[in-house]
Amino acid sequence: MDKPMTTVELPDIEGRQTFLAEVQERCGENLGLCYQCLKCTVGCPTAPYMDFNPNTIVRLIQFGLKREVLESNAIWLCVSCETCGTRCPNEIDIGLLMDALREMSLEEGYRAKEKGVVALHNAFMESIRRGGRVHEATMLMEYKLRSGDYWTDLIPGMKLFMKGKIPLLPGRIKGIDSIREIYKKTQKQRKVLEDREGKSK
Amino acid sequence: MREIASGEKGEMYSYFPGCTSHSTAVEYGLSIKAVLKALGVSLVEIEDWNCCGAAAVHSMNKLLSLCLPARNIAMAQKTDLELVVPCAGCFNMLKRTERALKTDPEMRREVESTVGFTYQEDLKIRALIDMVVNGIGFGRIEEKVQRPLTGLKVACYYGCALVRHPKVTQLDDPENPQYLDTLMSSLGATAMEWSFKTDCCGADLALTHGDFVVKLVNRIVGMAQEAGAECLVCSCGLCQINLEMRQDVGALGLPVFYFTELMGIAFGLEGTKWWSKHMISPSTLLDSLSLR
Repeated sequence: MDKPMTTVELPDIEGRQTFLAEVQERCGENLGLCYQCLKCTVGCPTAPYMDFNPNTIVRLIQFGLKREVLESNAIWLCVSCETCGTRCPNEIDIGLLMDALREMSLEEGYRAKEKGVVALHNAFMESIRRGGRVHEATMLMEYKLRSGDYWTDLIPGMKLFMKGKIPLLPGRIKGIDSIREIYKKTQKQRKVLEDREGKSK
Repeated sequence: MREIASGEKGEMYSYFPGCTSHSTAVEYGLSIKAVLKALGVSLVEIEDWNCCGAAAVHSMNKLLSLCLPARNIAMAQKTDLELVVPCAGCFNMLKRTERALKTDPEMRREVESTVGFTYQEDLKIRALIDMVVNGIGFGRIEEKVQRPLTGLKVACYYGCALVRHPKVTQLDDPENPQYLDTLMSSLGATAMEWSFKTDCCGADLALTHGDFVVKLVNRIVGMAQEAGAECLVCSCGLCQINLEMRQDVGALGLPVFYFTELMGIAFGLEGTKWWSKHMISPSTLLDSLSLR
């Protein structure tokens, strides 16, 4: 056949290598080892609901497609169950990779496709900052306010409450100041976070 | 420091209860107390412990996710005791931090200066199931069995955080773990062979993506039923509540126990008032086997 082979022109994106290097530096994993065996994706419980499968995320990073990766819903639907990392024949810890991608996405102000997940994580983190431990009732209330999803799970929540499994009043540990201090020292991307939350409402 | 379960023989462990032990997993906390007391083991609750941060924090801020568990490690170090953690999720976060402290000198310096402590490498962090199986041992457990769980068919559910990532948790086999199965056999129950022992139940997304978490849960519980099990047994507060609350009760309706609850029944411990705390009551099942 003399029909020429189809070739795909990779977009010439500036900073393509930089993105790969940056991601590798952050998560400490060597993504060049991936040979696309798909073991990660096959074992992933949430892959059926992701826009890009875990193996595709690795490939996209190799291609330097930063926006596609950092705005994907995949990074927020990963539940860190570590099935991928445990089974990877090249020992790439994709769970750690996903953590790094989420953090980068937040710090650099990318639009999170899964606003509910981000709202829940924020509500959880705030709950610890307030009392040192998670207090379910106020944490869930804050999540509802942040996400605007008021009605889901109201009945199961009430059932738990009736069984005395959701204490009403929040407590506070004695060393709450040390928790707040830790938050202050580690919260470098905090401002970005709040701004983005404001915009998305 | 508050002692929560005091034994007689002077065997002591440092104890990190975790947030759910006072709320959604209250029956786990209660049964741990009762069972360890019966075994003569004392637990000393870590002074003024704080939340491990769980998935929310490591998804958002790596440094914070290491510093929150590190504060607990700092508190636990004040005793010379091994640290025991009942909840698989908390255990995983503490072990992640331990790994970072042991293998990443730069991160260690950052965590130490942020939290304000010096890490001592000899602190041993163990999951409760590991302490029960390898610390207390089956010999002592079998001695205590007064009412064998004969005829109780259980599916042992390990979930993710207890066994993965194996480089972090260093516990049992990540694909086909055996601790819970062997423990159940030693209590006289029948642990069914099944293939969903370590499949994730998606608990972290239960609030935001209930629609597909229900599918994950029903697949796990459905497979347990297909394998012949009448109930599940686990060691994680989040797994337990997710599996009991999100399963199709009409079609399945399998109660989910914490392993310590079943130990309590087998030991013939009185005052098991926590059954009413279950979202799916195990009473009918236990009555059918004269176990209540």
